[in-house]
Amino acid sequence: MGTLAAVNGDLGSIAYGLAAIGPGVGVGIIFGQGVQAIARQPELTNVIRQNMLLGFALTEALALIGFVVGFVHS
Amino acid sequence: MSAPRLLAAEGETFQDHVPGLNIFDWPPLFENGPAWLDWLTKPTLIVLLSALAIIVFAWRAFRAPQLVPKGVQNVGEVAYLFVRDQVARPMIGADGDRWMPFLFSTFFFILFMNLSGVIPVLQLPATSHIAIPIVLALVVYVMMLFLSIKHQGLVGYFKNMMFPPGLPGPIYVILAPIELLSNIILRPFTHAVRLFANMFAGHLLIAFFASVAWWFLAEKLTVLGAGIGIVGFLMSIIMTAFEIFVQSLQAFIFTLLAASYIGGALHPEH
Repeated sequence: MGTLAAVNGDLGSIAYGLAAIGPGVGVGIIFGQGVQAIARQPELTNVIRQNMLLGFALTEALALIGFVVGFVHS
Repeated sequence: MSAPRLLAAEGETFQDHVPGLNIFDWPPLFENGPAWLDWLTKPTLIVLLSALAIIVFAWRAFRAPQLVPKGVQNVGEVAYLFVRDQVARPMIGADGDRWMPFLFSTFFFILFMNLSGVIPVLQLPATSHIAIPIVLALVVYVMMLFLSIKHQGLVGYFKNMMFPPGLPGPIYVILAPIELLSNIILRPFTHAVRLFANMFAGHLLIAFFASVAWWFLAEKLTVLGAGIGIVGFLMSIIMTAFEIFVQSLQAFIFTLLAASYIGGALHPEH
């Protein structure tokens, strides 16, 4: 069986697009739940924002690795 | 199949001028200077300037503190309180104040290096060269290992890391290797890459929109191209504002994670 589908052009861009899906969902969940938590308990805003940013940083790393790998292999 | 052309002009297209990795390559500052000065490139100059900036800032703010602060001391105290109340105390706990000198200087060193990406003339975040985040992350990593082993013991450290109590038995088969991998290998890697990649991507974005504006408004001005040029011009302004936000956020997050690693080393129970 021959090739079913082929992609040409800049594969790094495609890889980054794929790499951004998961972290995109993750960051959305983090900030969505964070805002909800702040709305429910405004007096804990500082603590929640802290953990929101921490989780955001950890999640975002995946997308950034996908971004850099494209350049490393180019 | 050729790439779609944005512009119907003859000869060169914008595709030939898209900024790539070349905007991060800097030759020695004095190209005809002596060979022993070859290490002095624009990024190293920015690192030196940032180190100088934090030294001068801290010196002027805290050299002779007054009971009633005025001038730079005001700024310094607000900055100190910010790092202490947002980073040191929540992440490390009551003994977080002992780590303030390290956290304060890390935060502002990185902040100055990042902000040099939007300062005219400098316009290159020094942290967009991975060597610099790697060194900073290694310092934190070595410190974390040292403190963990000092406070928990070598066996205790790995036991606390890989076998946290209170979980059903079979879970540990999966949990232990993941925790080991994430704590020992992925942690310093992502710590460095996060800062690097943010600055790298941000610098590339600003350079891209700025060169769109330059190309379509100044180099090859056409009726159809002008619209794209104006969009590029506006986007480069918006992206600069966004970059200032990202640069501050990344400096904060780097310090926050450093504090959380130190805190985890000192107090393994949480």
